[in-house]
Amino acid sequence: MDASLFTSMLFATVVAGTPLIIVALGLLVSEKAGVLNLGAEGMMAMGAVAAFAVTHHSGSPWLGVLAGMGAGMVIALIFGMLTLTLMANQVASGLALAIFGVGLAAFVGKPYEAVALQAVPPIRIPFIADLPLIGEALYNQQALVYFSWALFWGLLWFLYRSRAGLVLRAVGESPASAHAIGYPVIRIRYLAVLFGGAMAGIGGAFLSVFYTPMWAEGMVAGRGWIALALVVFATWRPLRVMIGAYLFGGVMITQLFIQGSGLQIDFPSQLLSSLPYWATIVVLVAISRNANTIRLNSPVSLGKPYRPDA
Amino acid sequence: MLELEARAEPSRLMSWLSPLLAVVLTIAGGMLVFSALGKDPLEGFRIFFLNPVKDLYGLSELLLKATPLMLCAIGLAIGFRANVWNIGAEGQFMLGAVAATGVALYFDGSESALLLPAMIVAGALGGAAWAAIPALLRTRFNANEILVSLMLVYVAQLFVSWLVFGPWKDPDGFNFPQTQMFGDAALMPVLLEGTRLHLGFALALAVLVAGYAFMNRSFAGFRMRVAGEAPDAARYAGFSATRMIWIGLLLGGAAAGLAGMGEVAGPMGQLTDKVGSGYGFAAIIVAFVGRLNAFGILLASLLMALLYIGGEQAQQYLNLPSSISMVFQGMLLFFLLGSDVFINYRLRLRRRAVQGH
Repeated sequence: MDASLFTSMLFATVVAGTPLIIVALGLLVSEKAGVLNLGAEGMMAMGAVAAFAVTHHSGSPWLGVLAGMGAGMVIALIFGMLTLTLMANQVASGLALAIFGVGLAAFVGKPYEAVALQAVPPIRIPFIADLPLIGEALYNQQALVYFSWALFWGLLWFLYRSRAGLVLRAVGESPASAHAIGYPVIRIRYLAVLFGGAMAGIGGAFLSVFYTPMWAEGMVAGRGWIALALVVFATWRPLRVMIGAYLFGGVMITQLFIQGSGLQIDFPSQLLSSLPYWATIVVLVAISRNANTIRLNSPVSLGKPYRPDA
Repeated sequence: MLELEARAEPSRLMSWLSPLLAVVLTIAGGMLVFSALGKDPLEGFRIFFLNPVKDLYGLSELLLKATPLMLCAIGLAIGFRANVWNIGAEGQFMLGAVAATGVALYFDGSESALLLPAMIVAGALGGAAWAAIPALLRTRFNANEILVSLMLVYVAQLFVSWLVFGPWKDPDGFNFPQTQMFGDAALMPVLLEGTRLHLGFALALAVLVAGYAFMNRSFAGFRMRVAGEAPDAARYAGFSATRMIWIGLLLGGAAAGLAGMGEVAGPMGQLTDKVGSGYGFAAIIVAFVGRLNAFGILLASLLMALLYIGGEQAQQYLNLPSSISMVFQGMLLFFLLGSDVFINYRLRLRRRAVQGH
């Protein structure tokens, strides 16, 4: 492999991994608070379409990202009201959110299907972008790539070094105890769900405004579900989310590079495209094989409704 | 101030009223959507909910659409009752369609009366085989069946694309991604002259009855209900969780595969890359709205079919994207989940004065 191919593959891997990181870290925060939101796919779709529409009308991709974030939060709020206030089943509500979000995005996005956006130029970090091999790939990137790194470091600090993070984890482990000590469990869970929605919205915005940049029905293509799988794969640890997301990015990109390389390999492109989905399954199997890994690492009250007795 | 108060025991009445409340709220919400889009809400209501069923042909189309929905949903409901979350019915549907198509193409030109039954069996087996993957990975490796079955939907879609763009493409099809049309012996007989309603509908009703018998009259079905409602009791009684996962997924897969077979051998008459039209996902809503029971699923599938056809009508007469169906379907499930709170809780008026200080 020559140097420039390595650089461009690394670049593309980072780009492909970025939405997964942002979305999965958001879901991780929700799940740490004990809320399983399976609606990531729907929140991403809504974020993508809202960001696309606002960018198209305003000309500003940054307003677009904000809109995507807002859209993700609004539909996460619906999920929160169902599961936290009305104590509906989290699995069923998450599925509803996924179906509803994808449908509403398709509906709202219809007029934008033939529209193209201008590509947003990357931001070059002086000096380190000149590093050989990796400089161009890592430090001449889209702003949201840097955002994903900041999010990672911020979350590490928040979850494991801050008092608020400790409370969040306590709420996910034992809501009854957290309530007994006087923490507002439901309010904290709302905030965690909204954060998850915001990140899923930004992840969607990255896809439609920076990555492709266009809107098409079904463009999220299962990334919301892959992000959910990533959180399990990472056993609820931010560093492993990063590693996992880049691994998946790598799988997606390798498959694209093989298709685009003109290599005369006799393998149908559709079957190659299914590689990332198989990879998700294989990784899930590998990590879940030891039931204890999952049991010891998952937040104890994950997916269980909690209602403080007034 | 209004607040929720736990009921002493779940209300049976509310568990039946809640879907009705959800339907009413969905219709009200739908009319709000129409006015927000600048359409006359009454006209919207008429076109969306009444137009599709105004004549016999419309009714037959409704039953046609409801067929795959009720098939997929009854299969899913069996698993859902035992907390086996198969959400990949869409993929199992496609693999059922593929397996049935394989039989039809292999015996192309055959006039045998056995061809159609063979396709039916192949369809069910194809769907069950696809569902066996999450079942195996769940029981052997503890891998979450939600994510595995869902990932396999994308794989199935790509697999179908490969088939119809590649080896199974109709040589005389002007390069369209589709197989050749099936011969007469490979097509479902039409039930009602002049409509597209086919034998698959009768089959689906039979499966509903079988599903009812399994869930409410068999010991295996009883075990699955116990496992869903009281997992500890099921464990104590020694019911095998592994067997329930297998039963839940295989039956769900077989029913979805059958639905896929009914589509290719019914209204489509061939396999195309558009074969999966979201029935497998919509069936999740059908199963929930139908309260995971056979009769409820029958009604819910008719309602969801109406939402599908209403969307097509809205596209034709109101110039709205047909994806408005999905919006309404999602709304229906949201409202149902929200209304369900009243099964276990009731509203109580709390007076401020009582609180006192």
